[in-house]
Amino acid sequence: MEGKGLPAMKDDLIHRDLASIVGEDYASNRPEELFIYSVDSGTEGPRKVDYVVMPKNVDQVQKIVAVANQHRIPITPMGANLTLNGLGLPVNGGIVMDMKRMDRILELNRQRKYVVVEAGVTQGMLGSYLEKNCPELEHSRPEAPPMATIVGNIVIRGHGYLSLRYGNNSHHINGLEVVLPTGEVCNIGAGCVSPWPFCKGPLPDMTGLFCGWNGTTGVITKLSLKLFPKRRMLDVVGYAMDDLELVPELLYQVTHTDMVDNLFVVGFASDTHESHKYVTASITGDLDEEIAYKKAVLKKIAAGYQEGRVRFDYPVWDPLKSRFVEKPPYVTPALAADFERGGGFRYCGAILPVDKIPEAWRKGMEIAHRLGINFSAGIQILGYCHSAMFGYVYPFNRAEEQEVERVRKAMRETNEAVLQMGGIPWKAEVAAQKQIIEKMEPNTHDLMKKIWKALDPNGIMNPGNWCK
Amino acid sequence: MAELDYRSLVHRCFRCGFCKLTHDYSPVGFNCPMYHRFRLETYSPGGLNWLIRAALLTKSIEWTDHLSEILYSCTMCGNCAEACRFEFGKDMVNMFRQAREDVVETQLGLPKMVSQFLENVYLYGNAFREAREARGDWAAGLPVKQFADGDEYLYYVGCVGSYDSRSRKAARALASLLLKASVSFGILGQEEECDGNEVRLLGEQGLFERQRDRNIEKFKELGVKKIVTLSPHSYNTLKNDYSGEFEVLHYTQLLRDLIRAGTLPVPQRAVGKVTYHDPCFLGRHNGEYDAPREILDSIPGIDLVEMERSRNTAFCCGGGGANFYTGISAKGKEQASNARVWDAVNTGANVLAVACPVCLMTLEDAVKSEGIDDRIIVRDISEILADNK
Repeated sequence: MEGKGLPAMKDDLIHRDLASIVGEDYASNRPEELFIYSVDSGTEGPRKVDYVVMPKNVDQVQKIVAVANQHRIPITPMGANLTLNGLGLPVNGGIVMDMKRMDRILELNRQRKYVVVEAGVTQGMLGSYLEKNCPELEHSRPEAPPMATIVGNIVIRGHGYLSLRYGNNSHHINGLEVVLPTGEVCNIGAGCVSPWPFCKGPLPDMTGLFCGWNGTTGVITKLSLKLFPKRRMLDVVGYAMDDLELVPELLYQVTHTDMVDNLFVVGFASDTHESHKYVTASITGDLDEEIAYKKAVLKKIAAGYQEGRVRFDYPVWDPLKSRFVEKPPYVTPALAADFERGGGFRYCGAILPVDKIPEAWRKGMEIAHRLGINFSAGIQILGYCHSAMFGYVYPFNRAEEQEVERVRKAMRETNEAVLQMGGIPWKAEVAAQKQIIEKMEPNTHDLMKKIWKALDPNGIMNPGNWCK
Repeated sequence: MAELDYRSLVHRCFRCGFCKLTHDYSPVGFNCPMYHRFRLETYSPGGLNWLIRAALLTKSIEWTDHLSEILYSCTMCGNCAEACRFEFGKDMVNMFRQAREDVVETQLGLPKMVSQFLENVYLYGNAFREAREARGDWAAGLPVKQFADGDEYLYYVGCVGSYDSRSRKAARALASLLLKASVSFGILGQEEECDGNEVRLLGEQGLFERQRDRNIEKFKELGVKKIVTLSPHSYNTLKNDYSGEFEVLHYTQLLRDLIRAGTLPVPQRAVGKVTYHDPCFLGRHNGEYDAPREILDSIPGIDLVEMERSRNTAFCCGGGGANFYTGISAKGKEQASNARVWDAVNTGANVLAVACPVCLMTLEDAVKSEGIDDRIIVRDISEILADNK
């Protein structure tokens, strides 16, 4: 088991303190809870966990942070623990703070297009709530199971189905309520001046202090999130091609039409699919004519390629289309966990320049073939081709330890390859964080250290992440 | 089709968490009653799968009393099987039951109340440690006769309807309806034995088989061909786990047919706004969602409204898997039944209709403990139909 953990002598006292804050049912140092919270669905862990605690409100979070400061023990905030890369697991033991009891949707403001949620609200619940209460608005849903939390996705700088138009999901923050490592509650965004968290405001943008930091700078307890128009109609068109080198330019042309809401590239490494690349483009509208016009414009792009090198495809194969249109969302990517009938997959979500897609694809194939594991690619275009999240997906059978180890090796090699290509692994596991920091300019990491020193003098917030 | 062995399935669980939700991810709340109650990941179906694998298969954690409590906190309601998006998910309840069988078989240790439940059934033929002679007392004063060869239906009441004071009223109401409709039926009275549904779900396969074989022998000896049950739990096991020699109906199916045939009159008085709670062992486990609703719809004085979580997304009352007796999940302010009665209140209904003695017991207790008995009452459909003043 990795991680230092705590000396046993403090166990009873700390547990008693935690239980007195949240109630006996929601604080545990029993081996079953410590086991379940020591592992996630990927290949990281088990890691040492000393206590599990589930706060119900911000006051309880503050008190837990006070206990951690008093005893100088780490806190790792956790949402649904679905990063697959161990980011919900502590590196140096201590308290795992499961945020999912803070599960209220506090405010929906239709006119101002925002919603305020507590840290434990899930993607599925918010989506379903909006569908029922305000179907003309939506949030940017990530390709994650519905139990994934809204705040968890923000913290890891996740993206969603609206990230092509509106950017990374952490760009959709209006404001945050956070408990700082020293215990103060801090309101960030317009809500710290105005009665309403309706935008970030013309203020220093401090939301960045809490996004991408993997919980090392504080605990987000509330979030005001932007909502976006949801059009009445959604359809999907596709492009099929054999030549991988054509993909970046095609993506450029498709995004340049400004008619696409969501853009993916998928492919598989099996013999039958090796040479087959497929681009799905989601289009939305309120009128049949609008959809028809967008389809016509997008079809014309394929016509510009000679001899059918890029083939426009409509209607798109139903199982592929359902990934984008099904209600409630079916979340096809999660099904990769059963590709090997073994309950697991890892993926390196590499943030890359779009023109690097062919090279990245070939590298993934090479790694997978050499290690004898399955591989598929799922690529989401972020912004108007400003970058891509290249998902190297490696499924494994949890019951086969050798296979699990091969996937761990594939992850290490993939992270290295991504960095060599000039990309950056997204939601990087601890080992990958070290790889990133080795390449990072020293002054940048020094700035991170200064921020930690200022915010977290006792070093209690998720130490070990980002080499903290 | 033969059941798959949990040992070949349990590692396939990804802990993605679909199993905690309704299949449309209702924001009303988590739909797994044990997760709703405890909220720690250990008490989720995925967490349970991982604990089972770690404790029983890879032996990476030790068996403890707490682990035993977690395993038996599951009400076997079937929401996880309904909501899981993976192929193996449909076997989720079977996986938990089979793991419990291993625990019983290897004598790893059961929660005290589970052991007590099983011992009661073994010694007394009922879950409540009540006298066998008192089993037919619920029918006192009613012209209900002992089943005899030639009767069309055996009215099988079950342990809860026979002994629980609240549920006995539903048992009596159903008997009065059968009498009113001139149905040819009889009961077993003190000859009735526990059907074994919960015993099987608790993993005591040997005791279940004893109960099943005794009952089958008794039914055959008496010439039973058709059985109507008060409880969906009895219906589930008699229909699916017995020999298949008997035609088994839940009472709502029989009453629906009698109403359709015009043999059973429905009340004409105003009842008000009614919402119906689907019992897990009638709904999710056996797919019967319509018969109870058709009965309620046939009553002119009822305005039937649906809770947001209904039919295959209904939220369990928390009493299944013998939790109505063991109280492992069914305890405390956060227990499922307390949330469920608020689901009902939020529809504006003044009556929460049930078709299960376990639900009747747990939900009525919840209405009292939540202090909302001035806003809603819990009634079995048999009672609503029988109340024809």
